[in-house]
Formats: sequence, C-alpha cells, structure tokens
Amino acid sequence: MRNTFANAFYEIAKRDPRLFLVVADISPVASAAAFQKEYPERFVNVGVAEQVMVGVAAGLALRGCIPFAYTIATFTIYRPFEQVRVDCCYQNLPVRLVGIGGGVTYSTLGGTHHTQEDIAIMSAVPNMSIIAPCDPAETIAATHACIQVPGPVYLRLGKAGEPDLTSQAPEPFQFGKIRFIKKGRDACIISYGPITKMGVDLAQKFEEATGRSMAVVSAHTLKPLDREGIGSILSSYPLVVILEEHSCVGGLGAQVKQIAWDVRASCKLKAFSLQDKFIHFYGSQRELWAAHGLDEDLILSELENS
Amino acid sequence: MKESKHTFDVVAAKNRCRKFRKRILDISQTVTALHIAPAFSCLEVVDTIYFGLMRRNLGKDSDDTFILSKGHGSLAQYVVLEELGVLKTEELDKYCKPGGHLATHPDYGLPGIEASTGSLGHGLGLAVGMALADKVQKKDRAIYVVMSDGELQEGSIWEAMMLAPTLGITRLVGVVDLNDFQSLGQTSKIHPNFYPVLDKVRAFGWEAIEVDGHDASAIYKAVMSGSGRKPFMLIARTTKGKGVTYMENVPIWHYRSPSPIEYQQAIKELESSAA
Repeated sequence: MRNTFANAFYEIAKRDPRLFLVVADISPVASAAAFQKEYPERFVNVGVAEQVMVGVAAGLALRGCIPFAYTIATFTIYRPFEQVRVDCCYQNLPVRLVGIGGGVTYSTLGGTHHTQEDIAIMSAVPNMSIIAPCDPAETIAATHACIQVPGPVYLRLGKAGEPDLTSQAPEPFQFGKIRFIKKGRDACIISYGPITKMGVDLAQKFEEATGRSMAVVSAHTLKPLDREGIGSILSSYPLVVILEEHSCVGGLGAQVKQIAWDVRASCKLKAFSLQDKFIHFYGSQRELWAAHGLDEDLILSELENS
Repeated sequence: MKESKHTFDVVAAKNRCRKFRKRILDISQTVTALHIAPAFSCLEVVDTIYFGLMRRNLGKDSDDTFILSKGHGSLAQYVVLEELGVLKTEELDKYCKPGGHLATHPDYGLPGIEASTGSLGHGLGLAVGMALADKVQKKDRAIYVVMSDGELQEGSIWEAMMLAPTLGITRLVGVVDLNDFQSLGQTSKIHPNFYPVLDKVRAFGWEAIEVDGHDASAIYKAVMSGSGRKPFMLIARTTKGKGVTYMENVPIWHYRSPSPIEYQQAIKELESSAA
C-alpha cells in the first residue's frame, strides 16, 4: 500500500502542481523519491516535528494547494491532534493526512506505534473524511478520490505486501459508498483496511463449511459512512458480520450497531474488533489480531453456529 | 522587507490608536467580559502592520497576509479592519452576540480573517505553509504573524521557527508582543530562562530586532530594515493594557470589562492624552 500510494500520488502530482508532499522524517519511498528529485520544492521534510507538518500543510491549503501530510499513523493524527482538529477540520481545508501502518501493522514496535482508536477519534471531529482502503487497487482509487474531497481526509493505510482483493469485485470504488467485493446471499461480512483479506478467506471457509454463501463488502469510506448502503445490508441479509482492525469503541462495529437500531434490523449481527485494551504482546500482525480474538478459526466456529 | 510604502505618518497612527482604544472601550460596555489588555498591548503593532507595512487592495491572491496568532487580542484586529472598511460597523456592534459573527477569537472566512486562531501556537506554522506556497508559486507576498510572549512557550512555535529558515522562507514577519504577562502571572517569573528572546530567535536562523512595541516609528523602521534574506522577527516590548493607567500591568484586565465609572475614567485619560 505504501508504494502504491507513493506511485499514485506521483502520477497525480506530476500533472497537478497544487499537490505537495509534507513528511515528518518518514517517507513513502518508491515514487516519492522520484517526486522529491523532480519537484524538490513540493517535497517538504519538516523533520521530527509533526505539529508543524500539519500546520504547514494547512497553510499550504489556505493558499489553494492540496498537501498530503505523511508519516506513521500515530504521528500523523495523535501527536498533532489539535493541528488536525483546528488547522484542518475547523477551517475545513483540503489537507490529506496519510497514516501509514494503521491499526497494529507495526506489531512488534509496540503500543506507541499502534492506532487502535483512530477511526473513532477522527470520526468524532466535524468535517473530517476517513478512507481506509483494503488493498493496493483501492489505495490507488482512494488517493485519486482524495483530490476531489473539499475538506480534510484521513487516509489510513497498511504497510506493504497486501494482496489484491478487488480486481474481480462486482462494484467499483466510489468515495462515500460501500462496495461489494464478492457477492453472496446468506450472510454478509463488512470490513475495511488490510484485515478485509481475513474477511475474504472467512467467507470462502464459511461457504465450504456450511454450504451457505457469504458476501464481502469493503466499507473503505468510514466517514461519511454509507448509512443507506449498510442499512440495506442489515435489512436483506439474515447474518451480518463486522470485522475490523480497530477498537470495539467507536469503530465500524459500533456504528453499524447504531444503524441497525435506526433501521430496526432483525438480522443477526456479529462484530469482531480489537479489544479496548493496549497490546503488550509481540509477534506478527496476525498474531496480535488473534491475541485480541480476531482469529480466523475462532470467528469461523462462531459463525458456523450462527 | 520590500514594501511599496516609504513613509509612515506616526502622528496619524497615534490618533488612530487613541480612537481604536476608545472604540474597544465602547464595545467593552456591551459585553460582560473581553480581552481588553491583550488588545491594547498589540494595538500599535497591528496598526503599523496594516497601515504602514502591508500591501493591500492588489487582489485576493496578491495582498499581504495578516494572522493574529494571539487570537485573544482580536479586538485590536477588528477595530483596524473596521477602520479599513473591511468589517462593517453593524457587524462589530454585534460582537459576541447572537446573530453576530465576531467573537473572542478570529474565525477563518470572516472578512479580513485569514486563519482561525485562539488556540495558541498555531499561527506561525500556518504562516510558514502559506509562505512556502507563495515561494513555490513565485508570488511576492508578505505574511505578518503577531504572537504573544506566553504563546512562545508552545513547542509548535519552535517547530515552525526551526523550519522557516530551512525552507528559505524570507517573506515572513513575526512579531512577539512581549508584554511580560500571561494568565497566571509574569512571564519573566514563570519562565525566567525565556529571556533574552532575541538571542533565541536569532539562534534559530532568523533576523530579529527588539523595539518599543508602542513606538510606531520604531516598529516600522525595524521591519523595513530587514535584509529580506531571512525570516524576520520583531520583538516588541509592550505594556499590557497600554493607554489606560489603571489597566497597565494589572493581570485582572486580561479578561474583564470596566464598570461604567471605570469606563468614563479610561475615556477621560485617552481624551486628555490627545491634548
């Protein structure tokens, strides 16, 4: 995703002189290096200084530019939170805040480098939009979609090596709309970000084990959330499953439960999220998910009995 | 700094600032509390920037920019904008009232307001971004940012201070309203090692000059003397509550409206200073 983002950004920035890349001593490599070489005046490394990274990005936006502020997700939005809230959101400026390593991507770097509550926090700030693509192709689409959004956007990315999940998707990416990436009739799993891969695998295993078909949906735009699309899923599937690499507090699961109440949903609704706890456990990203209950076999056995 | 004006009428400036103080006092009688002393301390600075240094009326994308990073001093900016006809008197009359748009802190999008401030430590970073955009787009615009001395305790200011010279920003003029007061007391007592400010700013790669911040001529000349090769910081020594003796250096006037008797007394002092 990191390289894909850099390549997509480079392609757009070559044609659109409004784009700037403002980084805080972390760079998305790949085509970012070419961008830096060809357009040094539009590549700014502020150093290890995230408050001014976001402040400068907002200042550029005040002059009509479209800045992408880029670093590790925790440092993109937590460290300079007030610059995000006041400079970007309160003034409603087109700053693109790119967080690499969203969720627990940096599994062995520890809790200081995890974003388990970023969707909740960014969702709560007015004017903010949030996009969390599930694979490289969605990352390209999300980067392009960013340009059109009039206000601030938080772009939550994984890291590298995510597999393709959407090349066969029956629906295209559209900002603000959920998207079926696999059709199904009997159950529907809604996810976002790299953990969507687990959703796709679960759907296949669920079908093999139960003979029932399961759709997979990418809810890439977490804000504005496609309430209508989610409401429609809640009304048409007997079993709806939420799978997210985010705390159970204020993420997609919590929001879908609110929608379920509003549409008087009668389906079974299962939400699988990270716990409301910091993780002091080390291992691979999948092992960290499992430590919080996001384990493929465990979820499958629970769904088989639903 | 390269500026279009070569002279600045300091007598006219003095008369304007007297009028501005009276206008702020008038507004004080319509609200329960307001930041009167922080506005009085930076009034000559704001007036000199708008009437002496800034180039305006060249068009939205060409005019120089003013950011009041110490947003709580907003009345100083509002009365100047009113004098310039940018803000309507009817609008300022509705200060902090339902139906009005002007309140304690400047809000981006209102006439003449180029950034939302009020949370301290934001203005300089925004200004560096704006100056960078101007530099890349080859626009010759200056940006003026007025900060408070207490505000310089925010780390974000020093992040911006470090970055501006690194980026080769030259069309940026910061002003520190050095009135030695912050909410809980004297800045010099809360942070004795904050001084001397001038050396610290220079050490970060800025040109800097310290002047009497109520001396319009000194402010004007200092900024005009900048080489234009570095960002410039004016350290303006000021008196909080300047112009009304009973308010000067008395912390309570940071956020308070005078009583009708105190109001009369203040107006009388200002009028007698005109004689």
